Amino acid sequence: MRMSMQLSELPLHTPAIVQGVDDTASTDPIANRLRELGFVAGEPVRIVAQGPVGREPLLIQIGYTRFALRRAEAARVRVQPERAE
Amino acid sequence: MSTATLRIALVGNPNCGKTALFNRLTGSRQKVANYAGVTVERKEGRFVAPSGRHVQVLDLPGAYSLAATSPDEAVTRDVVMGRFEGEARPDLLVCVVDATNLRLHLRFVLELQRLGLPMVLALNLSDAAAKRGIRIDRAKLEASLGMPVVETVAIHRYGTRELVAALDRELPRLSAPPAADADLHREVSRLLNEAVSVPRRTAAIDDALDRVFLHPVAGLALLAVVMFLIFQAVFSWASPLTDLIDGSFGALGEWVSATMPEGVLQSLIVDGLIAGVGGVLVFLPQILVLFLFILLLEESGYLPRAAFLLDRMMVGAGLTGRSFIPLLSSFACAIPGIMAARTIQDPRERLATILIAPLMTCSARLPVYALLIAAFIPARDVGLFNLQGLVLFALYLAGILSALAVAYVMKWMQRDRNEHSLLLELPSYRMPNPLDVGIGLWERASIFIRRVGTIILSLTVLLWFLSSFPAPPPDAVGPAIDYSLAGRIGHWMEPLFAPLGFNWQICIALIPALAAREVAVAALATVYALSGDAVESALEPILAAQWSLPTALSLLVWFIYAPQCISTLAVIRRETASWRTVGIAAGYLFGLAYLASLLTYQIAVAVTG
Repeated sequence: MRMSMQLSELPLHTPAIVQGVDDTASTDPIANRLRELGFVAGEPVRIVAQGPVGREPLLIQIGYTRFALRRAEAARVRVQPERAE
Repeated sequence: MSTATLRIALVGNPNCGKTALFNRLTGSRQKVANYAGVTVERKEGRFVAPSGRHVQVLDLPGAYSLAATSPDEAVTRDVVMGRFEGEARPDLLVCVVDATNLRLHLRFVLELQRLGLPMVLALNLSDAAAKRGIRIDRAKLEASLGMPVVETVAIHRYGTRELVAALDRELPRLSAPPAADADLHREVSRLLNEAVSVPRRTAAIDDALDRVFLHPVAGLALLAVVMFLIFQAVFSWASPLTDLIDGSFGALGEWVSATMPEGVLQSLIVDGLIAGVGGVLVFLPQILVLFLFILLLEESGYLPRAAFLLDRMMVGAGLTGRSFIPLLSSFACAIPGIMAARTIQDPRERLATILIAPLMTCSARLPVYALLIAAFIPARDVGLFNLQGLVLFALYLAGILSALAVAYVMKWMQRDRNEHSLLLELPSYRMPNPLDVGIGLWERASIFIRRVGTIILSLTVLLWFLSSFPAPPPDAVGPAIDYSLAGRIGHWMEPLFAPLGFNWQICIALIPALAAREVAVAALATVYALSGDAVESALEPILAAQWSLPTALSLLVWFIYAPQCISTLAVIRRETASWRTVGIAAGYLFGLAYLASLLTYQIAVAVTG
């Protein structure tokens, strides 16, 4: 079992599984929205592109959808990298 | 079957093709306005079903969830819950989902089921889903959800037939909503396992295109080409049409002047009405060209990609990647630029973009800059460059840097420590549909003419009145404008503007130039009692002889900032629905103009002795 990490730390193109989304405050609308958009435990996730400046924003593939997230947003998502094949 | 009008609302996630479906259902029978009290666009249309039933369709703003995080989503939430004052609760919801993106979109459908309204599910883009080998068992989905499920293809002429037929029957019975404590994501997974088979997660074409368009080098290079194309188009491709409109109204004015007896009525018609209507229509070509590009980019899915590439560069100043196109097009003209800011969802970022758009050097400043630079700046070479060109470049740069500084200060002043998220969906690439682009263009043009045009026209007539009354006495020696209200105001202004180095002639010319900056040139010519053709070349030596260099520099700097354009203020009013915002924009721009000109003049006087 590997360690879990923040989605913002995940290397480009590395497949991972979402473990959950952490709230940064007692009411965190961004964390709630992330869960609504499909960042829920068990979902496969992957970073498919990075912005040209400061490697931000990140383009995340989740479900059938691609979302651009800033690093601060992606840091709320806990992921576990899958074994590279 | 009841003859009463059926009121339905289209609800769905952003990028589900809802508006295309709306266009296909209602065609040109649409009304676009704002929801009461907010700047969210309200689109309503109607159609008659084969049975003769009248159906009124509301196209609600796209939303991911009823837990709203933007004004758009709040409108959708309040309307479907029947809480929006002045909006009747719809009789039926048509949930529009992208059949290629069911995992995300079905969750919202389950959430909407809890509202207890009759619902129909429209599997939109079902042709794209079929092409990707996605198989959806409609009967199973219908049984599990307990609501009619129809396939729609918004871009095909007959693609809404099934939906219309479903709406033409008795209202569907209420479906059983998921349990209050149910995990909606788990429910969606169950539905997908039962009724849907998907060969692979993403479309191969999207992966391939994103590898190029989002590439750190190639992507930026392509973006630069696209931006250059837009800028070029707005700046120069629209200009033959703009010139044609300008010329036609000029010719019409001359013709009326020649045929009508001279007098107040002739002056009102020529200098007030014709000039005013022409002043409105002259913006149309640029607006249409810019929105043609924006609609194509938005529909194809490229616009969010551009925002992705540019986000990091804009975010420091409290803007977003989406601010870039409105700001870029403001170099041609702030009017289409400010209208384009509606592609920005976050209200704070949208407001910041609207407020700084007038600082981009628009094409109307060029005649003023050209006149003053030609008169005062020697055409000397400085190294590789020409001094006149360098000054012009400095004026552009000053506008950009000031805009960034203002955006930064606004972000700081609002003390808004809330995190503004990006959370931007990059949808699949799609071929833009001519019907949707056409309807979009028609909407923008008619909104501009009806809402902005009336303000521009009335203010033009007001300025005409100020510049024409009272008429000069019969034995007057000076130019007529000197005796008018505008002339008097100009004289009153003189002491206030003396520290800026402005003489009374400049002060008077600034008043008619409130209509538009380029009017300043004609107004100066009037004040210096020039008339006929080639006033500009005649004006140059006069200014060079009568004004000092510090005065000229100060006036140049004035035009970087001053909102000498009632059309810009009118469009800000329309886009923000707030006179207070107009006041803030005009106030801070005039304030900056005064300060910057004051500094320029005083420093220039000190340096040149």
